[in-house]
Amino acid sequence: MIRLENIRKSFDGEEVLHGIDATFEAGKCNLVIGKSGSGKTVLVKCIVGLFKVSAGHIYFNNVDITRASKKEMRLLRQEIGMLFQGGALFDSKSVEENVRFPLDMFTNKSDKEKRMRVDEVLERVNLQGQNQKMPSEISGGMKKRVGIARAIVMNPKYLFCDEPNSGLDPQTSLVIDHLIYEITKEYSITTVVNTHDMNSVMEIGENIIFLHKGCVEWSGNHDNVLTSDNQLLEDFIFASSFLKRAKEALVQGK
Amino acid sequence: MSIFTSIGQYMILMSHIFSRPENGRMYYKEVMRQMNAIGVGSIPIVALISFFIGAVTAVQTAFQFVGSFIPPYYVGYVVRDTMLLELSSTITCLVLAGKVGSNLASELGTMRITEQIDALEIMGINTGSYLIGPKVIAAVVTIPLLVILSSALGILGGYMAVATSHTIKISEYLRGLHAFFDPYYVTIMLIKALVFGFLLTSISSFYGYYVEGGAYELGKSSTKAVVISSVAILLADYVLAFLLT
Repeated sequence: MIRLENIRKSFDGEEVLHGIDATFEAGKCNLVIGKSGSGKTVLVKCIVGLFKVSAGHIYFNNVDITRASKKEMRLLRQEIGMLFQGGALFDSKSVEENVRFPLDMFTNKSDKEKRMRVDEVLERVNLQGQNQKMPSEISGGMKKRVGIARAIVMNPKYLFCDEPNSGLDPQTSLVIDHLIYEITKEYSITTVVNTHDMNSVMEIGENIIFLHKGCVEWSGNHDNVLTSDNQLLEDFIFASSFLKRAKEALVQGK
Repeated sequence: MSIFTSIGQYMILMSHIFSRPENGRMYYKEVMRQMNAIGVGSIPIVALISFFIGAVTAVQTAFQFVGSFIPPYYVGYVVRDTMLLELSSTITCLVLAGKVGSNLASELGTMRITEQIDALEIMGINTGSYLIGPKVIAAVVTIPLLVILSSALGILGGYMAVATSHTIKISEYLRGLHAFFDPYYVTIMLIKALVFGFLLTSISSFYGYYVEGGAYELGKSSTKAVVISSVAILLADYVLAFLLT
């Protein structure tokens, strides 16, 4: 479980997160949603320690990481997997080398054990047999799946996904969403997904916080997100004319 | 960013570079890979430039000396000492600042922009140590070797120029190569190569590592890396000339 207490973050004197309180539960897909510029990515980068918070506390299973030493932080990071928006695969390494990298760096496993583990996670993300391909030879969706494989290869306790569906077609997005959901359940990981994709919200949003201008404007789950009477949330969800018409049709019973 | 902020950031990055690596074996593999890229990959350009610099120095010096009261064998002596004391180390490192420096800055800058450095940080890896440390170590090991190669090829270039132009006798050139030789000059050359190698890799890596933005900023940063490391090499050359001679 991850708990945030009064998280504030400023850049050059300008505050972009204004006291965020939230809890991300273990074994659930926790979503951070909001418009571009609402502070989602900054919040996720603060949680994983890429940005230092200006104030507040972040607890990973009751351990406050804002007060953790560098060594404690390094150890904690080995329990964290992250899927970046563009995949962030190492260009000079093959799919197998990318996935194997954390194992090479942090474990004393034999070569055979490492290969078996890499094959296992690649099979889990439906990329068996793609070991020798280079990142430049695979599609956007495959890059995301390699990113997921690399993120879970060390059996992390926490998984962070920064806009996992950006740049993907709706069908591939759905595949990625289901993969994230299944992995969360399978390994009982605390998953935090930062997204503005409404399909993801409806598919995997078990615990959702909606950010607006650096504040938590609403929290709930995919069952009550559509029925919320929060105007800002409604404006965000029904921003597209397609969804607006769908809602109107639903209300009119067509 | 002010110059003082840049210097401060550079110092902090250098302190990270020399911290203990997470995995010695992976670090060693990366050092070997970089030695191949920086050292072996630069042999053709260094060889070409050094050969012609030696040849031109021999021709120019012979042109000045012939017909004067200076003995002709001084041509070999001048080529040898200018190669050892100045041209091999400085010109080689200035060329490498362009070739290797821009390459390092763009490689690290691309890694920064595409979040590959963030991905390494998330894994708990000290990116300064893992990404820049091996480059610096590879440079301070291979660049002195390249400079040794450069002076040998420069002297050979001088020999070929004398042999083909017949401005002085080859035996005079060879006599000059042996005249007044001070082995300390080789020490100076190696110290310079080591310092310049460190400067060009660390400065170029610094500009790549802290890139912010996109392709435009990456291009600017790459250019800045080459310019600043070249200026740093020239300044260090001046300081070392005072300190070592």
